[in-house]
Amino acid sequence: MITINRVKQNIGLYFLVLPALIYVIMFDYVPLYGVLIAFENFKPIKGIWGSDWVGLYHFARFVHLDVFWVLIKNTLSLSLYSLIAGFPIPIILALALNSVTSKKFKKVVQTVTYAPHFISTVILVGMLNVFLSPRLGVVSQLLNSIGLTKGPLMTLTNPDAFSHLYVWSGIWQGMGWGSIIYLAALSGVDPSLHEAAKVDGATKFQQAWYIDLPSIMPTIVTLLILSCGNILGVGFEKAFLMQNSLNLSTSEVISTYVYKSGLLQSQFSFSAAVGLFNSVINLVLLLTVNKLAKKLGQNGIF
Amino acid sequence: MKNGVRRSKADVVYDTVNIAFLTLLLMIVLYPLYFVVIASFSDPSAVGTGKVILFPKGFNLNGYDLIFKYKQLWIGYRNTVLYTIGGTALSVSLTLMTAYAFSRKDMVGRGFIVMLFIIPMFIHGGLIPTYLLVRKLHMIDNPLTVIILGCVSMWNIIITRTFFQSTIPQELFEAAKIDGCGNIGYFFKVVLPLSKAIIAVLVVFSAVGQWNSFFNALIYLNDRNLIPLQLVLREILSSQTQMMQQLELGIGDQDMAQKTFLAESVKYGIIIVSSLPILCIYPFAQKYFVKGVMIGSLKG
Repeated sequence: MITINRVKQNIGLYFLVLPALIYVIMFDYVPLYGVLIAFENFKPIKGIWGSDWVGLYHFARFVHLDVFWVLIKNTLSLSLYSLIAGFPIPIILALALNSVTSKKFKKVVQTVTYAPHFISTVILVGMLNVFLSPRLGVVSQLLNSIGLTKGPLMTLTNPDAFSHLYVWSGIWQGMGWGSIIYLAALSGVDPSLHEAAKVDGATKFQQAWYIDLPSIMPTIVTLLILSCGNILGVGFEKAFLMQNSLNLSTSEVISTYVYKSGLLQSQFSFSAAVGLFNSVINLVLLLTVNKLAKKLGQNGIF
Repeated sequence: MKNGVRRSKADVVYDTVNIAFLTLLLMIVLYPLYFVVIASFSDPSAVGTGKVILFPKGFNLNGYDLIFKYKQLWIGYRNTVLYTIGGTALSVSLTLMTAYAFSRKDMVGRGFIVMLFIIPMFIHGGLIPTYLLVRKLHMIDNPLTVIILGCVSMWNIIITRTFFQSTIPQELFEAAKIDGCGNIGYFFKVVLPLSKAIIAVLVVFSAVGQWNSFFNALIYLNDRNLIPLQLVLREILSSQTQMMQQLELGIGDQDMAQKTFLAESVKYGIIIVSSLPILCIYPFAQKYFVKGVMIGSLKG
């Protein structure tokens, strides 16, 4: 009785949540239920319950395809490369910014390095395309004029160059933005630690290394866990936009494959299975890394 | 810490290396952006032959002339403006309403409902089931689809809830209740006017996201009158020759090389024109974005 009264008293709150709740049920839970098509030969006319169940057939088929290992290799190497090259840079940037004494200089560096974050993926890839355009691009012109290359620059269509372009353009775009969260953590460091260190004759480098870095360690671990959980989650947009027929051998990742086999070739059940396979692995990775971090004495994310 | 205190030799070295490092990063980030700007209004043939490196050469707005005549780009622009306004309004309202309810400890069943919202952050149906659902709802080629999809972000709700919890004391509601104010009235009359800072954060987050988004439009919109700017951009920036045909140049006396140069330099102009709104709000937006990340990092 008391509970019902309390619900009644706050009935307005439920009205406030209702629209978003409808959205979540409609566009998060209904598709979650729709994932059942991964276990059947889904025919849109027959619906989810009318189509024939095939169990794990699509998963087995996917794992035995030649393209399976290519996809895994491309996806894993892209995200591992991004992680190894891209993860430390915002931390270094934040530590460097934190020890800058000139407020003005700090502000300028921040304003400039945050800016690329606001550029859309389409524009970022477009910039790569025009800069590296085979004949007219500025890079091609420069390299030709100093004699490093002869003739058109084939970087955009070179499968070996894809991962470097993907990762380093990502770093270019994201390092400033990525540093904000560490700067926020650094602003919480107790200034008396620095004072005490200075009295003891610690250099600025020692202060950054022995005070700043350890104090942002929890933030680093949390973000590392999140990134590890997303290791097979190479985003669709950028890889898709950077693809061309000549670099597919390294640029096809799981998400672009799901799009092509599902929407362009209408193999709904098969590509739903591929997508599900991907997100289950991501979840398992996230939980494993989280558990590992807790075992190592760090705070997990849950 | 500043003047007056003598710095040790190690610190001088450290500071010098630090400033040099940051200056280098600054250049690396700034140069591509700077180059796009100078290339967009330089003489196309100077850009195409590598003569524009540090300074613009031969002021020339031919590229911009063509851009202003390119109809599909402006259809895309109009659509993106509409989607951005619609998507932002919807997303910000839903986020505020939901986050406020979630910030109230006296809401019965709050834990369960919050759980319902959190689960999809970790498991989701993926592209294909969502596509089939949208198709079943006959929402393909419907502008509402790109406005609605993604309008509820649990991440934004968490940030906003943290804001409400830390800035609006629960006692305020108790006081308003005595004055006969209900939950909804309280939300609109008291909570919203006190939340301008977080509203600005949400508006900026969501508007920039909508402006730059292209995935949903790629999947759910085929009608060329409905496609947003980013899809038009993708067509222009991804292929070399398409642009020429689409711009209907019709300039017979120019030789092929000139045309190709112009087509390239048009791309620089298009990058500028399509990023202009973002560029304009950047100084303002940056502040709010940073604020958003800060609030988010308190309780992520």
